[in-house]
Amino acid sequence: MATQIEPATQTDEDAFRAEVQQFLADNFPAELKGQSNALAGVDGPTNETPAQTKWREAVGARGWGTPTWPKEYGGGGLTKAQAKIIDQEFAKAGAYNPIGGMGVMMFGPTLLEYGNEAQKQEHIPPICRGEIRWCQGYSEPNAGSDLANLQTFAEDKGDHYLVNGQKTWTSGGQWADKCFAIVRTDKSDKHKGISFMLIDMDTPGVEVRPITMISGTSPFCETFFTDVKVPKENLVGEEGQGWTIGKRLLQHERTNISGGGSLARLMGQSLGDIAKKYQPTGADGELADAVLRDKIADFEIRWNSFLLTARRAMEESKAAGGVSEISSVLKKLGTKLSQERSELLIEIRGLQGLGWEGDGFSDGELGAVRAWLFGKATTIYGGSTEIQNNIIAKRVLGMLDHQ
Amino acid sequence: MAVLNEEQEMLRDMARDWAVNESPVTEFRKVRASGEPEAFNRDAYATMAQMGWAGVIIPEEHGGSDFGFLSAGLVVEELGKTLTASPLVMNTVAASAIVLGGSDEQKARWLPRLASGEAIATLAVDEGPSHDPAKIETSVSDGKLSGTKAFVHEAHGADLFVVAAKDGLYLVEKGDGVALTTRKLTDQRSHADVTFDGAAAEKLANGGDSLLDDVLDRARVLTAAEMLGMAQQVFDDTLDYLKQRVQFNQVLASFQALQHRMADLFADLAQMRSAVEAGLQAVDAGFGVARAATIAKTEANRVMHTMANEGIQLHGGIGMTDEYDVGFYLKRARVLEQSFGSSSWLKDRFSKLSGY
Repeated sequence: MATQIEPATQTDEDAFRAEVQQFLADNFPAELKGQSNALAGVDGPTNETPAQTKWREAVGARGWGTPTWPKEYGGGGLTKAQAKIIDQEFAKAGAYNPIGGMGVMMFGPTLLEYGNEAQKQEHIPPICRGEIRWCQGYSEPNAGSDLANLQTFAEDKGDHYLVNGQKTWTSGGQWADKCFAIVRTDKSDKHKGISFMLIDMDTPGVEVRPITMISGTSPFCETFFTDVKVPKENLVGEEGQGWTIGKRLLQHERTNISGGGSLARLMGQSLGDIAKKYQPTGADGELADAVLRDKIADFEIRWNSFLLTARRAMEESKAAGGVSEISSVLKKLGTKLSQERSELLIEIRGLQGLGWEGDGFSDGELGAVRAWLFGKATTIYGGSTEIQNNIIAKRVLGMLDHQ
Repeated sequence: MAVLNEEQEMLRDMARDWAVNESPVTEFRKVRASGEPEAFNRDAYATMAQMGWAGVIIPEEHGGSDFGFLSAGLVVEELGKTLTASPLVMNTVAASAIVLGGSDEQKARWLPRLASGEAIATLAVDEGPSHDPAKIETSVSDGKLSGTKAFVHEAHGADLFVVAAKDGLYLVEKGDGVALTTRKLTDQRSHADVTFDGAAAEKLANGGDSLLDDVLDRARVLTAAEMLGMAQQVFDDTLDYLKQRVQFNQVLASFQALQHRMADLFADLAQMRSAVEAGLQAVDAGFGVARAATIAKTEANRVMHTMANEGIQLHGGIGMTDEYDVGFYLKRARVLEQSFGSSSWLKDRFSKLSGY
């Protein structure tokens, strides 16, 4: 990414803050206040209201949804300090960032690093404007944790590849315009036979089937490729470089899954406060069920330590100018704790905390049930907890298989 | 590791060098072998005080460096790694009681001597085997303090006791009306039941109603810092051992069952360090101390408990031998775990602080 000159003075920052405030006043539709970005997630279809479209286009035109990306590809070309000001001012105004999704979180940063000039010119600007939705073609029925075992084959046909095979757990595949995929171009070498390519989802031969999950939703799909023609210019990097590029992209994915920030918002309300609404309390307002009370405190203390750890990882990384080694534990800790919290929430609410549908349950109660079920996926996707443990043991602790 | 300033880094490096070179675990073995109930090396403590470690939290006007609790914690952590036996933690906690609650005259009289190592102080609160500061019978009338304190840490070396009575904290000098009964615990450090029978006592009259809680929170974070050093050392020693020990023609470190256990311990240790450092920093910031100290000690208890047990198990049979150090950490760990708040007591306190 292009190097930017930090704002030299406080005056510059103040001026920029005023610019952001003016932009919000001019462009943010009041009716969207407090909403979140329906397009950023993977679990919603693309039905924008006119106000949402207006807001997305306004932010996209400035590149402020991807503030630190280079300006020549449609990003904001701003410094981190300026990006933070945008964050702060948007939050103050109750405005969401309408530019998001996998293009922003994972694919964009990877393409900026590995793509050629033509690819960057073609694909990055629509991501910055929030026009194109990307999905991830990684896992296959026989390539989950052992991802490099993937078999989807791209046969060299001169000016194009002919792709055949099946991907699975394609998040948001049914709504995506394009897919970044890792496919096999050489059957003789497990890792070096993998290439990274971009596939239009409307190419003949691409078929998407949503998978209904235990939570009742269908955020994931099976994606079938039958004689799908992919132009050669859609290969990112060199043939055989796909494993390296694909792993780099996964680092962006894990950073997003474990991010203490979003988890903190999700898990903001104290379980003790919730419990007091569902459970009997004593004279001093303490929970009468001493065992449950102990479990809640036990959880909340470990959750606090996790937030402190996420913050420490960030501070250490910043001070050291590299990734702190404790960053490697954040995904496994954060996902396990959020699962524990969901389980504890059920214990606090009893059967009222297991509602599937109906007027007898609040939206919060119903949402918690779906979140509890969907949350089981978090320790599986993005590199399962077991894979995280392998990574920590081998890369951080130096516990190699052969010594 | 929290991001440190230059002074703190120097202090930590100095403590690390000294602990590794001058106070390795073999020094603790010597203290143990001597059988002295005070269980520390006076010359070593004098050296520590000369390096300024006894005065880290004491104001400069009273002979300290006023570097604060994060700095004190860095020293204590390094000493914890090598199980250095000394009254440093208790002296620091007792000194903090005088800093928070003492009159100008009491500060001028005691703090310079505690900072220089000329005198040693400790804290005497609990009257039974479990931490319970709500249950105090010790009382004072006409400046005479009476009561019995149980399992007082570093009682044998102490010249001065900071004693919790029903109506506040008091300073009591060792001497008439103060009797020690040695209670040898599994860590083989200094512990005694101390009976005060009309001993001359001076109240720490400042510091307000929360003085005892404030002082105990300082005891909790510093104890947690000692446990952090111990947990880190057990982890490092165990990892080294797994990389050396060969069975089935491979090093143990190559077995996935053990790799994943170490990954879990590594994550636990990260949580413990974050909580402990945040506790120390909260004391320095003077904000949210009760909550942060409770989290720090609860996490220290949890992780140290597991770390010591796993350390033994992963060392296998030799971990059970007196020749290996890992067992010493287990024994000290449990004593500290039960001091200034067991996990169940701390979780009860956390619930109360959180309003449930």
